[in-house]
Amino acid sequence: MSDPLPDAAARDLRRAAEAEAAALPALLIAAEHLANTMQMGGHGRRRAGAGEEFWQYRPAHSGDAARFVDWRRSARSDTQFIREREAQLAQSLCLWVDPAASMRFTGAETGRKARPEKLSRARLLALALAISALRAGERVGLTSPLAPPRPGKAQLLTLAQALLAETSALDYAAPDLSAVAPQARVVVLSDFFTDPAGLETVLSGAAGRGVSGVLLQVLDPAEEEFPYDGRTVFTSMAGGLRFETREAGDLRARYRARLAERRDHLARIARQSGWAFASHHTGAPAQAALLWLHGALGGGWR
Amino acid sequence: MMVLGPLGFTAPWLLAGLIALPLLWWLLRATPPAPIRRRFPGVALLLGLTDATVQAERTPWWLLALRMLALAAAIIGFAGPVLHPAKLDPARGPLLILEDGSWASAASWPRRIERLTRALTEAAAAGRPVALISLADPPPAPPPFTEARDLLASLPGLQPQAWEPSIDLDPARLLPDGSYDTLWLSDGLDRTSRAALARAVQAHGRLKVWQPAGPVLALDAATVDGARLNLPLHASAPVNRVVEVAALGADPSGLERELARQPVTLRDQAQAEAVFDLPPELRNRITRFEISGLRSAGAVSLTDDAQKRRKVALIAPGSAREGLELLSPTHYLHQALAPSADLIEATLADALPVKPDVIILADVGEVAETADLLAWVERGGMLIRFAGPRLAAAGTGDDPLLPVRLRQGGRSVGGTMSWGAPRKLAPFAETSPFAGLILPDEVTVREQVLAEPDPDLGARSIAALADGTPLVTRKALGQGAVVLFHVTANAEWSNLPLSGLFPQMLDRLSVSARPAAPSAEDLAGQTFTPRKRLDGFGLLTASEAAAGVKGADLAEGPPGPDLPPGLYATTDQVLALNALPRGRQLAPALWPAGVTLEGETAPKQRPLAGLALALALVALLLDILATLALSGRLRGPRAAAVAALAVLLLPSPPQAQTMPESRAIEAAANVVFASVPTGDATIDAVSMAGLRGLGQTLTRRTTVEPSAPMQLDLETDDLALFTLIYWPVTETAPTPSPAAYTKLNRYLRGGGMILFDTRDADLAGMGAATGAGRRLQALAAPLDIPPLEPLPADHVLTRSFYLLQTMPGRHDGPIWVEAAPADAEQAEGMPFRNLNDGVTPVVIGGNDWASAWAVDEVGQPMFPVGRGQAGERQREIAARFGVNLVMHVLTGNYKSDQVHVPALLERLGQ
Repeated sequence: MSDPLPDAAARDLRRAAEAEAAALPALLIAAEHLANTMQMGGHGRRRAGAGEEFWQYRPAHSGDAARFVDWRRSARSDTQFIREREAQLAQSLCLWVDPAASMRFTGAETGRKARPEKLSRARLLALALAISALRAGERVGLTSPLAPPRPGKAQLLTLAQALLAETSALDYAAPDLSAVAPQARVVVLSDFFTDPAGLETVLSGAAGRGVSGVLLQVLDPAEEEFPYDGRTVFTSMAGGLRFETREAGDLRARYRARLAERRDHLARIARQSGWAFASHHTGAPAQAALLWLHGALGGGWR
Repeated sequence: MMVLGPLGFTAPWLLAGLIALPLLWWLLRATPPAPIRRRFPGVALLLGLTDATVQAERTPWWLLALRMLALAAAIIGFAGPVLHPAKLDPARGPLLILEDGSWASAASWPRRIERLTRALTEAAAAGRPVALISLADPPPAPPPFTEARDLLASLPGLQPQAWEPSIDLDPARLLPDGSYDTLWLSDGLDRTSRAALARAVQAHGRLKVWQPAGPVLALDAATVDGARLNLPLHASAPVNRVVEVAALGADPSGLERELARQPVTLRDQAQAEAVFDLPPELRNRITRFEISGLRSAGAVSLTDDAQKRRKVALIAPGSAREGLELLSPTHYLHQALAPSADLIEATLADALPVKPDVIILADVGEVAETADLLAWVERGGMLIRFAGPRLAAAGTGDDPLLPVRLRQGGRSVGGTMSWGAPRKLAPFAETSPFAGLILPDEVTVREQVLAEPDPDLGARSIAALADGTPLVTRKALGQGAVVLFHVTANAEWSNLPLSGLFPQMLDRLSVSARPAAPSAEDLAGQTFTPRKRLDGFGLLTASEAAAGVKGADLAEGPPGPDLPPGLYATTDQVLALNALPRGRQLAPALWPAGVTLEGETAPKQRPLAGLALALALVALLLDILATLALSGRLRGPRAAAVAALAVLLLPSPPQAQTMPESRAIEAAANVVFASVPTGDATIDAVSMAGLRGLGQTLTRRTTVEPSAPMQLDLETDDLALFTLIYWPVTETAPTPSPAAYTKLNRYLRGGGMILFDTRDADLAGMGAATGAGRRLQALAAPLDIPPLEPLPADHVLTRSFYLLQTMPGRHDGPIWVEAAPADAEQAEGMPFRNLNDGVTPVVIGGNDWASAWAVDEVGQPMFPVGRGQAGERQREIAARFGVNLVMHVLTGNYKSDQVHVPALLERLGQ
């Protein structure tokens, strides 16, 4: 007769490991699936430069190295031609997914209309964006120094691992864009319940370094509609904030007014810094948000 | 037990818990409903908001009240509340129970027995000895006190009597000695003996009286007012209601049924009258009146000769001398009979077809229609003849219509040409119907016809003159009688018709009706034998042999143990003695002060603990809902569940009881057979398969192509749409509702046919030997089924399609159909009788036809019939019976008409 405990412990460990291991491909597959629905545009810069696509033949000038002459073209005429390629500049795309506890909220955990957590929706969107950007040859990374922008499919796994690893015990978090290289594009996915003043500072600093990007507010429909009644004690996800009301239903209008006000504020500071801002609900399909993200960033890698 | 007004508590100390309610109020007020804790990231936006409604952080008052109610209800419920608690009698010592036991008690008898049982049970529990006295039927000596249990066992033997307690009850002889309490179950009527008895009883101990609420109703004897019958209705106290009085009597077939019904509206009246104005035929059939819905001898008024109105034919000799009214032979008869009888004055030939009860021939010598008249008398008619010059001259040798042979000429006494004074009458003999009538002195006879001496003369003479010559003679003839008055019916020969004795004599002969309330004088000298007696509940039962009762006693005495109410009769007369004595004025009983009066109105004891606890439970459930709603938890699926529950609890509207239209169309579109469900799925399936098989047989062999059979729903289906109903009878077959029976009867009257099948090979022989047979009797009892007979060999069923001798199914037993009329005769040279028209409404048998007909889906027989070739032959005959049956239903007696074919052919040949 064997001791059951080691068996049970081993079983638990293995189950946890399998779940961890399974999450990554699932996220990747879901993100890839999502990205597949996107038709990526051309990446050329519409000028000659370093790249892979043919751009034009031009007569060779003096000073052109002989190895640049396209001899096959030149043989059909008297002059030498240089084969120019279209300049293809890789763009750096930096992703920031709010890792705070508030993102782990979902208004409907189970049931027929179960919704994912805001965090998983945000990760999905980020990774799907990363996939499409990487396919387009862009360099994609995180804003943190852990995963600097790099091109190539291998980067995808790194990104996924980094996104999954990044969690925070804090209630709310603000992005830190100090490590983002100048001229990079940044995608910030958060619920933006944190103090907007900090965000404003971050954005203005980023704008100063030529960093632009988009803010996507990921909200649960429950946070939008506030469908609560009666005597309720609201606590933040990590328990840092606490608010008690005797009639939650009475607060609904005022809460929604405040939410709208917050949204206006965010849109304003985004506009001031040349950023784009939008909201996405986890109740809606992720594709719409991805399309919007793509469109908002589209100019960047087109 | 503690008693508060109408409420009592079995565990009153639990009510102390109610003191805790204010404490609970205070506690609950301080504790608001627990909040829900929700994790919500948006709390950052909520910070700083304040609640709009400034509400104390306390439980809302209505929730508080609800909870208090729940708790209070629970406390009260556990304290065992009882509404109208029965007051337990703490008394000890012997208990005497007096029961009036009169007809007035009968109406409330079950409640009395219940009260008696309660009293005896309580006494038995307390170990008190009990004595029980029924005042209407008092014991000869004071009863001893015995075990209450023994009395309890003998309680079913206690019955109300049809009379009231005697007015001269002697308390000393009735009541036991010693000290005891008394419970008196009064019938609520006042009577003279009551006060003395109450005093006597109170001398022994406490007296408690139980009496029913509401006045006592009674019917008095009917009185005749011309063609109308008046029934006085008495109540012991003014009442305000409508009382229905029903007249019951024999219908033409001899069964007792209700003949008329009259509502009497009492508006705070204690007296009223029901007036029946009925045709004489109906009126003479009435045997009793009763207040419908009241089981009491007092509510029954029996009728007798007094209420009958006879048809009397007065036949006068040929040519009446005009203008001499007072000399007319029938004038005095007319005067005497007109108030109480329907007179027919016509010739004998015209009068006989009217079937009068009595025919009076006044001085008619020769009767032309002797044979007819004789036949009429022998069938029960009464012929009364009066003498006169013509009869005296006729010289009647052996006239059968005379009780005695008459000497030609008669005699005259005391006239101007004769010696002697006019003769007086001799006192009537004991055996005479006139016995007891008082002879007025002035009645004399001057002239009479004389009877030839005869051995029977003495026996036939029922009245004689002082010198012994017969005055009235009578002879029984068949069921009737012939009576001869040896004098004229007018004052020519004697002054008898002028005296008061004349109508009395006619009355005794049941020619004229007696006054409704005969005096002792009217009935004197007669002995009545009890024919039927009335029990306390108002039912007439045949009386066991009992001694005769003197007429005078009948006329005077109130009913009692020696004179039970009922019907009394002599050979000529029937006299009814009603439970309500004549002249009895009903009044409510009055009790002396100091008597505990226990009204029957006292509501029954009702434990309320269940109600209170249920209330507490409901309040708690409401509290759950209210708390959920208050704390915002009643939303989403919970709210949906609550709403669904509320919808479920709402009463659903009743389903309409009509046949679905599609089904009706299907049934009406073609010939459709139906089977009545028995509740046994196997038998029902066999029935359907059998009807299907019969349908296939019919389709193959005849032009009848029925649709698929249907299972009948007696409650909703319109039966008229079905050609034939097959009704398998099982022991457990459910009984249709009265409405369904109405429909079935209409179906039978409208030419439908029901084939009853007891499926027991007719072992019962239409009797109760098998369960199915008994069930068949019970099921068919409310149906209008005509007299039945075993299928006669020439019934049209035997030849309506195939020629058949037997009607087998799986069994081969006899079947029963409607009986042929008694006058069905076999015509000369015809093989069949000329039977009744129409279709027999029922065919009853036990041959299990459905099993023989039953086929499965592919048309193969489902059940074996008999063995081998003979069995297959039997199945074939069974199928042929089915074909014949359907043909009979569809074509009626068409084949029966074939008997006329030879005659028609013969006529055509000419």
